[in-house]
Amino acid sequence: MITGIIGKKMGMTQVWAADGALLPVTVLKAGPCVVVQAKTVERDGYEAVQLGFVDERPARVNKAIGGRFKKAGVPPTRVVREVQVKAGGDAVKAGDQVSVAMFADGDQVDVIGTSRGKGFQGVVKRHHFAGGRATHGSMFHRAPGSIGASSYPSRVVKGMRMAGHMGHDRVTVRNLKVVRVDAENNLLLVEGAVPGARGGYVTIRKSVAPRPVRIAQEPVKKKGKK
Amino acid sequence: MGAIELVEKSQLTDRPNMKAGETVRVHVKVREGDKERIQIFEGIVIGMHRGGARASFTVRKVSFGQGVERTFPLHSPSIARVDVVRAARVRRAKLYFLRGLKGKAARMKETRRA
Repeated sequence: MITGIIGKKMGMTQVWAADGALLPVTVLKAGPCVVVQAKTVERDGYEAVQLGFVDERPARVNKAIGGRFKKAGVPPTRVVREVQVKAGGDAVKAGDQVSVAMFADGDQVDVIGTSRGKGFQGVVKRHHFAGGRATHGSMFHRAPGSIGASSYPSRVVKGMRMAGHMGHDRVTVRNLKVVRVDAENNLLLVEGAVPGARGGYVTIRKSVAPRPVRIAQEPVKKKGKK
Repeated sequence: MGAIELVEKSQLTDRPNMKAGETVRVHVKVREGDKERIQIFEGIVIGMHRGGARASFTVRKVSFGQGVERTFPLHSPSIARVDVVRAARVRRAKLYFLRGLKGKAARMKETRRA
Protein backbone atom coordinates (compact mmCIF):
# COMPACT_ATOMS: atom_id res chain seq x y z
CA MET A 1 0.00 0.00 0.00
CA ILE A 2 1.44 3.34 -1.06
CA THR A 3 1.46 5.81 1.83
CA GLY A 4 1.95 9.12 0.03
CA ILE A 5 1.55 11.28 -3.02
CA ILE A 6 3.21 14.31 -4.57
CA GLY A 7 1.33 17.62 -4.55
CA LYS A 8 1.67 21.20 -5.69
CA LYS A 9 0.73 24.08 -3.40
CA MET A 10 -1.96 26.12 -5.15
CA GLY A 11 -2.64 28.63 -2.38
CA MET A 12 -4.76 29.20 0.69
CA THR A 13 -8.40 30.07 1.23
CA GLN A 14 -11.16 29.54 3.77
CA VAL A 15 -13.97 27.02 3.89
CA TRP A 16 -16.99 26.75 6.15
CA ALA A 17 -17.17 23.64 8.31
CA ALA A 18 -20.47 21.91 8.96
CA ASP A 19 -20.68 23.45 12.44
CA GLY A 20 -20.32 26.96 11.03
CA ALA A 21 -16.64 27.45 11.83
CA LEU A 22 -14.48 29.10 9.20
CA LEU A 23 -11.40 26.97 8.58
CA PRO A 24 -8.14 28.18 7.00
CA VAL A 25 -7.17 25.65 4.35
CA THR A 26 -4.35 25.08 1.90
CA VAL A 27 -5.39 23.87 -1.54
CA LEU A 28 -3.01 21.25 -2.93
CA LYS A 29 -3.11 19.77 -6.39
CA ALA A 30 -2.29 16.20 -5.37
CA GLY A 31 -1.45 13.89 -8.20
CA PRO A 32 -2.21 12.16 -10.42
CA CYS A 33 1.06 10.34 -9.88
CA VAL A 34 2.62 7.35 -11.56
CA VAL A 35 4.97 4.77 -10.14
CA VAL A 36 8.31 5.23 -11.89
CA GLN A 37 10.07 2.50 -9.96
CA ALA A 38 9.08 0.01 -7.29
CA LYS A 39 11.93 -0.69 -4.90
CA THR A 40 12.06 -4.13 -3.33
CA VAL A 41 13.94 -5.71 -0.45
CA GLU A 42 15.66 -8.20 -2.74
CA ARG A 43 16.99 -5.62 -5.16
CA ASP A 44 17.33 -2.41 -3.14
CA GLY A 45 17.29 -3.57 0.47
CA TYR A 46 14.06 -1.76 1.37
CA GLU A 47 10.47 -1.31 0.24
CA ALA A 48 9.46 1.96 -1.38
CA VAL A 49 8.06 3.42 -4.56
CA GLN A 50 9.37 6.25 -6.66
CA LEU A 51 6.48 8.45 -7.76
CA GLY A 52 6.35 10.94 -10.62
CA PHE A 53 3.98 13.90 -10.52
CA VAL A 54 2.07 14.19 -13.79
CA ASP A 55 1.98 17.91 -14.59
CA GLU A 56 0.67 19.81 -17.61
CA ARG A 57 4.19 20.04 -19.00
CA PRO A 58 6.09 16.76 -19.41
CA ALA A 59 9.72 16.84 -18.40
CA ARG A 60 12.52 17.44 -20.90
CA VAL A 61 14.74 14.45 -20.36
CA ASN A 62 17.93 13.13 -21.86
CA LYS A 63 18.22 9.57 -23.05
CA ALA A 64 19.63 8.22 -19.79
CA ILE A 65 16.87 9.59 -17.57
CA GLY A 66 14.19 9.08 -20.21
CA GLY A 67 15.03 5.40 -20.33
CA ARG A 68 13.87 5.03 -16.74
CA PHE A 69 10.44 6.41 -17.58
CA LYS A 70 10.27 4.37 -20.77
CA LYS A 71 10.96 1.21 -18.81
CA ALA A 72 8.07 1.98 -16.48
CA GLY A 73 5.83 2.89 -19.43
CA VAL A 74 4.97 6.33 -18.07
CA PRO A 75 5.43 9.85 -19.47
CA PRO A 76 8.55 11.65 -18.16
CA THR A 77 7.76 13.76 -15.11
CA ARG A 78 9.57 16.80 -13.77
CA VAL A 79 9.10 15.97 -10.10
CA VAL A 80 10.06 12.58 -8.71
CA ARG A 81 9.84 11.67 -5.03
CA GLU A 82 10.13 8.49 -3.05
CA VAL A 83 7.47 7.37 -0.60
CA GLN A 84 7.30 4.39 1.70
CA VAL A 85 5.17 1.33 1.18
CA LYS A 86 3.21 -0.30 3.97
CA ALA A 87 2.53 -4.00 4.12
CA GLY A 88 -0.88 -5.09 2.93
CA GLY A 89 -2.86 -4.30 -0.19
CA ASP A 90 -1.95 -5.08 -3.77
CA ALA A 91 1.68 -5.39 -4.78
CA VAL A 92 2.86 -2.18 -6.44
CA LYS A 93 4.58 -2.27 -9.81
CA ALA A 94 6.04 0.37 -12.08
CA GLY A 95 3.45 2.14 -14.21
CA ASP A 96 0.71 2.09 -11.56
CA GLN A 97 -1.44 5.17 -11.08
CA VAL A 98 -1.76 6.89 -7.71
CA SER A 99 -4.55 9.39 -7.10
CA VAL A 100 -5.73 11.62 -4.29
CA ALA A 101 -8.57 9.16 -3.62
CA MET A 102 -6.18 7.40 -1.23
CA PHE A 103 -7.12 10.05 1.35
CA ALA A 104 -10.54 10.61 2.91
CA ASP A 105 -12.13 13.55 4.70
CA GLY A 106 -10.98 13.75 8.32
CA ASP A 107 -7.73 11.85 7.74
CA GLN A 108 -4.50 13.15 9.23
CA VAL A 109 -1.59 13.74 6.89
CA ASP A 110 2.00 14.92 7.10
CA VAL A 111 3.08 17.46 4.49
CA ILE A 112 6.76 17.67 3.59
CA GLY A 113 8.07 20.60 1.61
CA THR A 114 10.84 23.13 1.25
CA SER A 115 10.38 26.33 3.24
CA ARG A 116 10.73 29.73 1.61
CA GLY A 117 14.34 30.87 1.41
CA LYS A 118 15.11 33.96 3.49
CA GLY A 119 18.76 34.43 2.49
CA PHE A 120 21.51 35.39 4.94
CA GLN A 121 19.79 36.58 8.10
CA GLY A 122 20.95 37.92 11.44
CA VAL A 123 20.27 36.36 14.81
CA VAL A 124 17.18 38.47 15.58
CA LYS A 125 15.21 37.09 12.63
CA ARG A 126 16.89 33.69 12.48
CA HIS A 127 16.93 32.70 16.15
CA HIS A 128 14.51 35.20 17.71
CA PHE A 129 17.20 36.99 19.74
CA ALA A 130 15.74 39.98 21.54
CA GLY A 131 18.27 42.55 20.32
CA GLY A 132 18.97 45.75 22.13
CA ARG A 133 17.38 49.12 22.51
CA ALA A 134 17.16 51.28 19.37
CA THR A 135 17.56 54.73 20.93
CA HIS A 136 18.60 56.55 24.11
CA GLY A 137 22.30 56.02 23.50
CA SER A 138 22.05 52.28 23.21
CA MET A 139 25.08 51.02 21.32
CA PHE A 140 23.70 47.49 21.06
CA HIS A 141 21.07 46.97 18.39
CA ARG A 142 20.83 43.66 16.53
CA ALA A 143 24.24 42.17 17.30
CA PRO A 144 24.45 38.61 18.72
CA GLY A 145 26.42 39.64 21.85
CA SER A 146 28.85 37.31 23.53
CA ILE A 147 29.41 33.92 21.93
CA GLY A 148 31.29 32.39 24.83
CA ALA A 149 33.97 32.77 27.47
CA SER A 150 37.62 33.61 26.76
CA SER A 151 40.60 31.52 27.88
CA TYR A 152 38.42 28.60 28.81
CA PRO A 153 37.27 26.95 26.55
CA SER A 154 39.24 29.11 24.06
CA ARG A 155 36.85 28.14 21.28
CA VAL A 156 33.23 28.59 20.30
CA VAL A 157 31.07 25.67 21.38
CA LYS A 158 29.42 23.71 18.62
CA GLY A 159 25.87 24.62 17.76
CA MET A 160 26.21 28.29 18.85
CA ARG A 161 23.35 30.20 17.27
CA MET A 162 24.70 32.78 14.84
CA ALA A 163 23.77 34.62 11.68
CA GLY A 164 23.60 32.61 8.48
CA HIS A 165 21.43 31.21 5.76
CA MET A 166 17.81 30.87 6.74
CA GLY A 167 14.96 29.03 5.10
CA HIS A 168 14.99 26.72 2.10
CA ASP A 169 15.00 23.77 4.49
CA ARG A 170 13.09 20.53 4.29
CA VAL A 171 10.16 21.03 6.66
CA THR A 172 7.59 18.47 7.76
CA VAL A 173 4.27 19.61 9.15
CA ARG A 174 2.64 16.76 10.97
CA ASN A 175 -0.96 15.79 11.48
CA LEU A 176 -2.80 18.25 9.27
CA LYS A 177 -6.46 17.42 8.95
CA VAL A 178 -7.88 16.67 5.52
CA VAL A 179 -10.88 18.94 5.09
CA ARG A 180 -11.97 17.84 1.62
CA VAL A 181 -10.87 15.46 -1.12
CA ASP A 182 -11.85 16.40 -4.67
CA ALA A 183 -10.84 13.34 -6.67
CA GLU A 184 -12.37 14.72 -9.85
CA ASN A 185 -10.07 17.75 -9.92
CA ASN A 186 -7.20 16.07 -8.02
CA LEU A 187 -7.49 18.61 -5.22
CA LEU A 188 -6.79 18.08 -1.55
CA LEU A 189 -7.75 20.61 1.11
CA VAL A 190 -5.80 20.45 4.35
CA GLU A 191 -6.44 22.61 7.40
CA GLY A 192 -3.64 25.08 8.08
CA ALA A 193 -0.48 26.11 6.31
CA VAL A 194 2.11 23.99 4.50
CA PRO A 195 5.76 24.90 3.87
CA GLY A 196 6.89 26.74 0.77
CA ALA A 197 5.50 29.27 -1.63
CA ARG A 198 2.60 28.85 -4.04
CA GLY A 199 3.62 26.55 -6.87
CA GLY A 200 6.05 24.64 -4.67
CA TYR A 201 6.05 20.86 -4.63
CA VAL A 202 5.28 18.93 -1.46
CA THR A 203 4.99 15.30 -0.46
CA ILE A 204 1.78 14.36 1.31
CA ARG A 205 1.83 11.16 3.32
CA LYS A 206 -0.46 9.41 5.73
CA SER A 207 0.38 10.55 9.24
CA VAL A 208 3.18 8.53 10.83
CA ALA A 209 2.14 9.48 14.37
CA PRO A 210 -1.50 10.58 14.18
CA ARG A 211 -3.02 12.43 17.10
CA PRO A 212 -5.65 10.38 18.91
CA VAL A 213 -9.10 11.34 17.73
CA ARG A 214 -11.18 12.85 20.50
CA ILE A 215 -14.69 11.57 20.75
CA ALA A 216 -17.23 13.95 22.26
CA GLN A 217 -18.40 12.70 25.64
CA GLU A 218 -21.94 12.94 26.87
CA PRO A 219 -21.96 15.62 29.58
CA VAL A 220 -22.64 14.16 32.99
CA LYS A 221 -25.74 15.75 34.47
CA LYS A 222 -25.36 17.19 37.92
CA LYS A 223 -27.54 15.65 40.57
CA GLY A 224 -29.57 17.58 43.04
CA LYS A 225 -32.00 20.45 42.94
CA LYS A 226 -31.86 23.09 40.29
CA MET B 1 -10.50 28.21 -13.66
CA GLY B 2 -7.83 28.18 -11.01
CA ALA B 3 -7.85 25.67 -8.18
CA ILE B 4 -8.68 28.32 -5.57
CA GLU B 5 -11.70 29.61 -7.51
CA LEU B 6 -12.85 26.03 -8.01
CA VAL B 7 -12.83 25.45 -4.27
CA GLU B 8 -14.47 28.77 -3.48
CA LYS B 9 -17.19 28.50 -6.11
CA SER B 10 -19.33 26.11 -4.10
CA GLN B 11 -19.35 28.53 -1.17
CA LEU B 12 -20.50 31.64 -2.98
CA THR B 13 -23.99 32.68 -1.99
CA ASP B 14 -26.40 35.02 -3.70
CA ARG B 15 -25.96 38.40 -2.04
CA PRO B 16 -27.08 41.83 -3.21
CA ASN B 17 -24.43 43.94 -4.83
CA MET B 18 -23.68 46.22 -1.91
CA LYS B 19 -21.62 49.36 -1.89
CA ALA B 20 -20.27 51.68 0.78
CA GLY B 21 -22.89 54.20 1.87
CA GLU B 22 -25.85 51.88 1.53
CA THR B 23 -28.04 51.11 4.50
CA VAL B 24 -28.56 47.39 4.89
CA ARG B 25 -30.55 45.01 7.08
CA VAL B 26 -28.47 41.92 7.86
CA HIS B 27 -30.52 38.94 9.00
CA VAL B 28 -28.14 37.03 11.28
CA LYS B 29 -28.90 33.52 12.50
CA VAL B 30 -28.35 33.33 16.24
CA ARG B 31 -28.11 30.01 18.03
CA GLU B 32 -29.41 29.85 21.56
CA GLY B 33 -29.01 26.38 22.97
CA ASP B 34 -30.61 24.22 20.31
CA LYS B 35 -32.96 26.94 19.07
CA GLU B 36 -32.20 29.23 16.20
CA ARG B 37 -33.64 32.67 15.60
CA ILE B 38 -33.01 35.61 13.32
CA GLN B 39 -31.52 38.82 14.65
CA ILE B 40 -31.48 41.92 12.49
CA PHE B 41 -28.52 44.26 12.37
CA GLU B 42 -29.30 47.44 10.46
CA GLY B 43 -26.74 50.07 9.60
CA ILE B 44 -24.59 51.75 7.00
CA VAL B 45 -22.06 49.75 5.01
CA ILE B 46 -18.78 51.57 5.64
CA GLY B 47 -16.61 49.20 3.63
CA MET B 48 -16.68 46.21 1.33
CA HIS B 49 -13.67 43.92 1.43
CA ARG B 50 -13.65 41.94 -1.79
CA GLY B 51 -11.94 38.61 -2.34
CA GLY B 52 -13.96 35.73 -3.73
CA ALA B 53 -15.46 33.58 -1.01
CA ARG B 54 -13.37 35.44 1.59
CA ALA B 55 -15.18 38.74 0.94
CA SER B 56 -16.56 40.60 3.95
CA PHE B 57 -18.33 43.85 4.71
CA THR B 58 -18.49 46.18 7.68
CA VAL B 59 -21.76 47.64 8.92
CA ARG B 60 -21.91 50.58 11.33
CA LYS B 61 -24.86 51.78 13.34
CA VAL B 62 -25.37 54.08 16.29
CA SER B 63 -27.19 52.28 19.05
CA PHE B 64 -28.33 54.39 22.02
CA GLY B 65 -25.68 56.96 21.19
CA GLN B 66 -22.98 54.31 21.03
CA GLY B 67 -21.36 53.47 17.71
CA VAL B 68 -21.45 49.74 16.93
CA GLU B 69 -19.63 48.08 14.03
CA ARG B 70 -19.87 44.50 12.88
CA THR B 71 -17.83 42.87 10.14
CA PHE B 72 -19.60 39.97 8.45
CA PRO B 73 -18.14 37.42 6.05
CA LEU B 74 -20.20 38.09 2.93
CA HIS B 75 -20.89 34.43 2.19
CA SER B 76 -21.28 33.25 5.78
CA PRO B 77 -23.95 30.56 6.17
CA SER B 78 -25.03 32.27 9.39
CA ILE B 79 -26.34 35.23 7.40
CA ALA B 80 -29.84 34.36 6.26
CA ARG B 81 -30.44 37.42 4.10
CA VAL B 82 -29.18 40.93 3.42
CA ASP B 83 -31.62 43.65 2.35
CA VAL B 84 -30.49 46.97 0.93
CA VAL B 85 -32.78 49.60 2.43
CA ARG B 86 -31.33 52.90 1.25
CA ALA B 87 -28.43 54.20 -0.78
CA ALA B 88 -26.53 57.44 -0.39
CA ARG B 89 -24.07 59.39 -2.46
CA VAL B 90 -20.56 58.82 -1.18
CA ARG B 91 -17.27 59.78 -2.72
CA ARG B 92 -14.99 57.14 -1.29
CA ALA B 93 -14.96 53.36 -0.94
CA LYS B 94 -14.29 53.21 2.79
CA LEU B 95 -16.33 55.47 5.06
CA TYR B 96 -14.11 55.21 8.11
CA PHE B 97 -14.43 58.97 8.60
CA LEU B 98 -17.99 58.37 9.85
CA ARG B 99 -16.49 57.11 13.10
CA GLY B 100 -15.46 60.62 13.99
CA LEU B 101 -18.80 62.20 13.11
CA LYS B 102 -22.11 62.10 14.90
CA GLY B 103 -25.62 63.38 14.60
CA LYS B 104 -26.23 65.84 11.80
CA ALA B 105 -22.67 65.67 10.55
CA ALA B 106 -23.01 61.96 9.84
CA ARG B 107 -25.92 62.45 7.45
CA MET B 108 -25.58 61.55 3.81
CA LYS B 109 -27.46 62.58 0.73
CA GLU B 110 -29.78 59.82 -0.39
CA THR B 111 -29.68 58.60 -3.97
CA ARG B 112 -32.21 56.60 -5.85
CA ARG B 113 -31.22 53.01 -6.20
CA ALA B 114 -31.04 51.47 -9.64
